[in-house]
Amino acid sequence: MRIALFATCLADTLFPEAAKATVLLLERLGHEVVFPAEQTCCGQMHVNTGYQAAALPLVKRYASVFDPYDVIVAPSGSCVGSIRHQHSMVAAAYGDAGLAARAADVGSRTYELSELLVDVLGVEDVGAYFPHRVTYHPTCHSLRMTRVGDKPLRLLRQVRGLDLVELPAAEQCCGFGGTFAIKNAETSTAMLADKMTNIVSTGADVCTAGDASCLMHIGGGLSRLRTGVRTVHLAEILASTEFTS
Amino acid sequence: MSTFLGMPATAPRGVGHLRGDQTFPRAAHDALGNSQLRRNLRHATTTIRGKSGKVIAELPDWQELRDAGSAIKADVMARLPELLEELEARVTEAGGVVHWAADANEANEIVTRLVRETGSSRVIKVKSMATQEIGLNEALEEAGITPVETDLAELIVQLGDDKPSHILVPAIHRNRSEIREIFLRAMPGVDPALTDDPPVLAAAARRYLRETFLSTEVAVSGANFAIAATGTLGVVESEGNGRMCLTLPDTLITVMGIEKVLPTWRDLEVFLQLLPRASTGERMNPYTTMWTGVTPGDGPQNFHLVLLDNGRSAVLADTAGRQALHCIRCSACLNVCPVYERTGGHSYGSVYPGPIGAVLSPQLTGVADNASLPYASSLCGACFDACPVKIDIPSLLVHLRNQVPHPPAERAAMAAAAYTMARPRLYANAQRAAKLARIAGRRGRGLPPPFSGWTAGRDLPEFPSQTFRDWWAER
Repeated sequence: MRIALFATCLADTLFPEAAKATVLLLERLGHEVVFPAEQTCCGQMHVNTGYQAAALPLVKRYASVFDPYDVIVAPSGSCVGSIRHQHSMVAAAYGDAGLAARAADVGSRTYELSELLVDVLGVEDVGAYFPHRVTYHPTCHSLRMTRVGDKPLRLLRQVRGLDLVELPAAEQCCGFGGTFAIKNAETSTAMLADKMTNIVSTGADVCTAGDASCLMHIGGGLSRLRTGVRTVHLAEILASTEFTS
Repeated sequence: MSTFLGMPATAPRGVGHLRGDQTFPRAAHDALGNSQLRRNLRHATTTIRGKSGKVIAELPDWQELRDAGSAIKADVMARLPELLEELEARVTEAGGVVHWAADANEANEIVTRLVRETGSSRVIKVKSMATQEIGLNEALEEAGITPVETDLAELIVQLGDDKPSHILVPAIHRNRSEIREIFLRAMPGVDPALTDDPPVLAAAARRYLRETFLSTEVAVSGANFAIAATGTLGVVESEGNGRMCLTLPDTLITVMGIEKVLPTWRDLEVFLQLLPRASTGERMNPYTTMWTGVTPGDGPQNFHLVLLDNGRSAVLADTAGRQALHCIRCSACLNVCPVYERTGGHSYGSVYPGPIGAVLSPQLTGVADNASLPYASSLCGACFDACPVKIDIPSLLVHLRNQVPHPPAERAAMAAAAYTMARPRLYANAQRAAKLARIAGRRGRGLPPPFSGWTAGRDLPEFPSQTFRDWWAER
């Protein structure tokens, strides 16, 4: 299958390993990945901070850049959630009805990585090998906006060598929330502290999730506290093999 | 829809409790430093969450019930003027008197006048969000009338000269030793040997309240529901104090937000299932009291219904924002909210705390007066999943953030980011520039404000040697 990659601005700039892993994983499974170079950002930061008018050109750009592709994937439940639920809303409010319809259509062809693998490609065992004790944080937007359900866990359970341990209070927010972590930094830090306590309590050496943003926040906290637990994007675990590990 | 009763656009300043005197982050700073408060909150919300989750799981049709509740509320909002006029006609026919209050000031004047006309200088109150919203107790006290709260938690708050911090459990921020101290200090006729044993504390409150119930001739209540077709009002509660207030006095004055009306009795069935399970985690609330006008020789002989707008027409006029008026005050969103759990209700500055408060208060006052509240959420969405009438609070928060007056520096930064991201070449250059600036200037030194909050508690990621798009281009 020919699959267009939306790398997301965060993975492109700060966490390229997550986007690279998505490419290598899909190619290993026998698919063709294309990267439309005109892509930039989904605009979620603007929409969620209250700048819908400023997000409009980004919505327009996403819809036009990805319109030619039948299947689009992004290694981010949050960006996919925004593309699916917010793009047509912003377009309807500030653009024209035509753009809103196109945005909704392109959004319906955009999948989060675990959805693409399980729902579209019909694969749960991706042939990965990752010999570590891992706990999974089901990021809020993957869970409640994109509704990926237990697909990431189903994929992780098939990874050879991986010891999956349950995260207590897994469904509680880590406190990132985009600009929330800046506007309400102290509350965000208090939420992060509880998330880190729960992660450390599992004895895992790796915490994974489907969103680079939440992992940046959690990873930044774990690193500051010298916990020894590192964060790894779900795509990187699924892309690992005995050869790469 | 435009405003339909010549009502003011928003709730007036200087009266009532919809505006805090500091921003959410500032108020949250104090709450976050109070470890006792955080322990009390965590314990209480975790307990309620567990109870509620268990009884909700018993109902196979919970999602259908939520859909039904949401649909009934949407219908009510679509024809609110018509339903309110129907309610007025039926209440009047049944011997009640209906008053229309445009805002908090009018409502307080009406209630004060009605109490004065009875010659009574004391009223008993059943817990009511509407009367807290308008600051009725303060208005009555100013007029020389003593209001006595009869809900146990509300009484604790009143005696402690405190503010409620939760819709359902107003004294959630207090533990039993604090309650003992409040009773000893402020409860008339309390036994000085009072202990902090919960049954002992409850018995002390009961003795004081019994005497008050039996010797007070005027009651003020709120209403959970009003049935337009029959003119019936309803209050649901757990302690029985409400039933005492609603049946013992000669005069009953009910203050009700105009959004509480329901078309018919049949609609109640849905809400009497949704409300207790979502709020107290009970299958059914212990006391449901319904009354229609007055009945000679039985119950209050004078009944007044004050229909309160206080900004609701303005909320209704916003087709996206009006779903905040669907709220049935169950507090399920508070109990699942990670922000509320850590900051408590006082941080929201309004009688409506938590996620629903973050969308309702700014709409009632106008967003400029509560500009920090729509940001008091990480948009995690737990509130949306918990809401028994499916209010999409995260989308509402985003909707309101779009109306907030933005700080100029933030606006400039957002515009610059959007400009850059709309141009791929500029964007790629900016990626390289950011990396260079980081490596050259600020590595290990944290970030300047407003980003310094981030580096206070977290390490920044290292910039990678290569962006993804550069890697892709080199493949």
